[in-house]
Amino acid sequence: MDYFLELFSSGMVRGSIYALIALGYTMVYGIIQLINFAHGEIYMIGAFVALIVSGVLTIYGFSGVSILILAAVIAMIYAAAYGYTLEKIAYRPLRNAPRLSPLISAIGMSLFLQNYVLLAQTPDFLRFPELIPEFEFMEPIAHVMGSAELIILVTSAITMIGLTLLIKFTRVGKAMRATQQDMTMARLVGVNVDQVISMTFIIGSVLAAIGGVLVASYIGQINFYIGFMAGVKAFTAAVLGGIGNIPGAALGGIVLGLAESFAAGYVSSAYEDVFAFGVLVFILILRPSGLLGKAVKQKV
Amino acid sequence: MVDTMNKLLEVKGLTMDFGGLRAVDNVSLDVYAGEIVALIGPNGAGKTTFFNCVTGIYKPTHGDVMVHPPGKKSQRINGFKPNRVTTFGMARTFQNIRLFKNMTVLENIMIGRHCRTSTSILGAILRGAGSRRQEQETVDRSYQLLEKVGLVDEADEFAKNLPYGAQRRLEIARAMATDPFLLLLDEPAAGMNPQETKDLDELIVRIRDDENISILLIEHDMKLVMNISERIYVMEYGKEIAQGNPQEIRSNPKVIEAYLGEEADA
Amino acid sequence: MVGYFKQSFLVSLWFVFLTFPLMVVKVNTLKNVVEWRWMNMVYVAVGAFVLSFVWRWALERRQRKTKEAEFSDDVLAKPTVGQRLLEDPKVFKPVLIVIALATLGFPWLVDIYQVNIMVLALIFVVLGLGLNISVGLAGLLDLGYVAFFAVGAYTYGIMNSFWGFGFWISLPVGGLMGCLFGVVLGFPILRLRGDYLAIVTLGFGSIAKIVIENWEELFNGAKGIAGIPRPGLFGLEMNIEAATTYTYYLMILMVLFTIFVTNRLKDSRIGRAWMALREDEIACVAMGVDMARTKLSAYALGAFWAGLVGVIFAARNTYINPNSFTFMESALVLSIVVLGGMGSIVGVIIAALVLILMPEYLRAFSEYRMLMFGAVMVLMMIFRPEGLISNVRKKYGGRKSPTEAAHG
Repeated sequence: MDYFLELFSSGMVRGSIYALIALGYTMVYGIIQLINFAHGEIYMIGAFVALIVSGVLTIYGFSGVSILILAAVIAMIYAAAYGYTLEKIAYRPLRNAPRLSPLISAIGMSLFLQNYVLLAQTPDFLRFPELIPEFEFMEPIAHVMGSAELIILVTSAITMIGLTLLIKFTRVGKAMRATQQDMTMARLVGVNVDQVISMTFIIGSVLAAIGGVLVASYIGQINFYIGFMAGVKAFTAAVLGGIGNIPGAALGGIVLGLAESFAAGYVSSAYEDVFAFGVLVFILILRPSGLLGKAVKQKV
Repeated sequence: MVDTMNKLLEVKGLTMDFGGLRAVDNVSLDVYAGEIVALIGPNGAGKTTFFNCVTGIYKPTHGDVMVHPPGKKSQRINGFKPNRVTTFGMARTFQNIRLFKNMTVLENIMIGRHCRTSTSILGAILRGAGSRRQEQETVDRSYQLLEKVGLVDEADEFAKNLPYGAQRRLEIARAMATDPFLLLLDEPAAGMNPQETKDLDELIVRIRDDENISILLIEHDMKLVMNISERIYVMEYGKEIAQGNPQEIRSNPKVIEAYLGEEADA
Repeated sequence: MVGYFKQSFLVSLWFVFLTFPLMVVKVNTLKNVVEWRWMNMVYVAVGAFVLSFVWRWALERRQRKTKEAEFSDDVLAKPTVGQRLLEDPKVFKPVLIVIALATLGFPWLVDIYQVNIMVLALIFVVLGLGLNISVGLAGLLDLGYVAFFAVGAYTYGIMNSFWGFGFWISLPVGGLMGCLFGVVLGFPILRLRGDYLAIVTLGFGSIAKIVIENWEELFNGAKGIAGIPRPGLFGLEMNIEAATTYTYYLMILMVLFTIFVTNRLKDSRIGRAWMALREDEIACVAMGVDMARTKLSAYALGAFWAGLVGVIFAARNTYINPNSFTFMESALVLSIVVLGGMGSIVGVIIAALVLILMPEYLRAFSEYRMLMFGAVMVLMMIFRPEGLISNVRKKYGGRKSPTEAAHG
């Protein structure tokens, strides 16, 4: 039973991280129908910035939670800046291009950013400092769920609730929903569509950075390549939930995380990634609209 | 000219639902050999959806689409894929022109010949006598069609570089290349000036007279179809509200109301 | 002008901010030391300042071009200088002869190391041409192309190590296996929309690698298969040099064969259907083209080529392991196609040679190779989506009268 619970809690942790990244994919796809292939790289850059900031702060004598918060905030700012710039350089000039052009551009950006970090920093794994404190009250259940796991779950939950509120009740959120429904119409009624798209990239990137910081401090090491796999899996989660659908992305992330965790625990961990890809392939073939998505007819 | 004995297309009680929305509601329509039939109605009446159901792009929720190709067995074609419908002998054009933009004008037409030719991958690689002959026939036939629509001089041009009216004519020629017995034209005059529209009317009549191809066309603007169609069907809000010859339609109070209502809205 | 400078200055400032933590700071978390690389900041500042001018100029030029295309009365698109040269027989013929002579003489002019690298480059030429069939002609973005390459290589490796089959039997089998996998994997996924298809193929590519890594009994796992014989010639004993030269000529034949086949397909009933599918799926099926069949044929044919050269790759290296078949290889082949020009044969050949040989000869460059590939993909999509050499469409004779139509 403990083993089951352990797998369950690690599945939830994974799942909520996937969900955080998946939200970025889904929001972008919902608005400009682009698979932002470089989104995983934003997550990776978020983790790297957090590592660098916390490293510097540790050396200059800061400690504990203050580092964590500062590192996370700076990582979020940087991820937002990168996401914003990415859209401006690689996607905006291709707004009216054939569908595959921005996707190829996105793949190019993904390669570029990976290798940029590799060259600017290091190809090796870097140790990420343990920033999350151990809570005493978690002691009795520490064998199934540690403090880090709790922090991840709580943070993800708060973030997702925050996002939902933002989209439901703020001006930006309304503009985003309008643009998602019909970009031309939104523009006609005075929504600044370019701004909305930028905002979508910024919000998605911030979420990815939160995911990046959480994962890095949970797993304890990062390198330039972590974004690729995380990106593909998060995309799987987004598709699983129905791409373009925000609650769907959260649900898809959790389902994928749990499924992966149990498959790794009970079947074989070597084929863990095969499992995720298998889910992706099957979902796309059998139900491309995902769990919560609606079937969309192409206009002729 | 119209062969009332020989029904080509017979649509009975066609209904198409999208989720909760009924886009086409119990519409019946016939086309006889040698006829030009028009389907008209205000914007959003469900005309294009009707077309998409007949040509296999959508699968209708209810109803029958029967075709009676001349000299062949009748067939119910609900749920057939679009390419099978076309191979059967019904070819269409699109409201918002869908040409292969980065291919030449001639190649666009040659695609229409695809379903009437049979060269395989191996045949294309080896280029034997049979494949070569077929290829030459395709080229010749395509040039003939280009002549008919007056685009021979633009044969090697990319389709995207053609002026608007020429693109419309090219789309019609491409559909004709599939050797149809029935041509379905979705708002062929949309966006054309009066002179272009007049030329187009002549072209359509010529196609019917010279090629022996019957025509079903959708038109938004009622005036345009009055001159050339034998019979007209009128749709509004997914329902068929009237049918008859142009005189009957012109004086039909329901039709007048539907169109007046639209003008009042606009 | 002052406005431009101010704008570029701001861009430069923005990039200094953006790259600051990654380019300037380097933390060693084990020893707890920070290295501050201030020079990098200067490079970024100057680089971004200059590049922002280039970027603005290029974007404005692009905009001007689309405007011109819209308003010009001359409907004939002007061919580029390169195209005109390629089409002019006076230039074309001598160039072809020089290339042919250089190709034939190459192994005798340089040492074996260079020949070996050239063989690799030629392998990527064929891969590029093969992927060009599905991506360039049919518009099916395949991000897992390398999986079929692996199928070919492992077909030879397994056939040889288990049953002792030689190169020449394995070569067609490798190709057919690639094709078979193409059909089996392609069948369920080809009705997916373009971008979903790309991601699924990416999944297939990654699954292939993981399966090879973990299936010890068949693929010998991460250790790979060693001792694969080089191509044989009627049982003739050859030293490494002779064998490499022989492989080189074999690859030249292979490239010629691929060019011959793709060229014939390009302007055929099949090739036209592929392109029409790429241009507009709905219109294409409405014109009577069977979408599933047409897509599958393009996908499987591309896979066939990957399988074929996979066998040669295994023979060249005499050793294969899963690390030769990662997403990076797929991305590399894709950037060859993108750079060369989708659908253009000459373009793809040039791009393959440039992208493979350049990092080999400019060592300083090799570190930046993936960075460059990424940048190439982005820049090509924005500024020259048709590739270095755009695809020239065949003109069919018969302008005057269909009955007198010249031979097409």
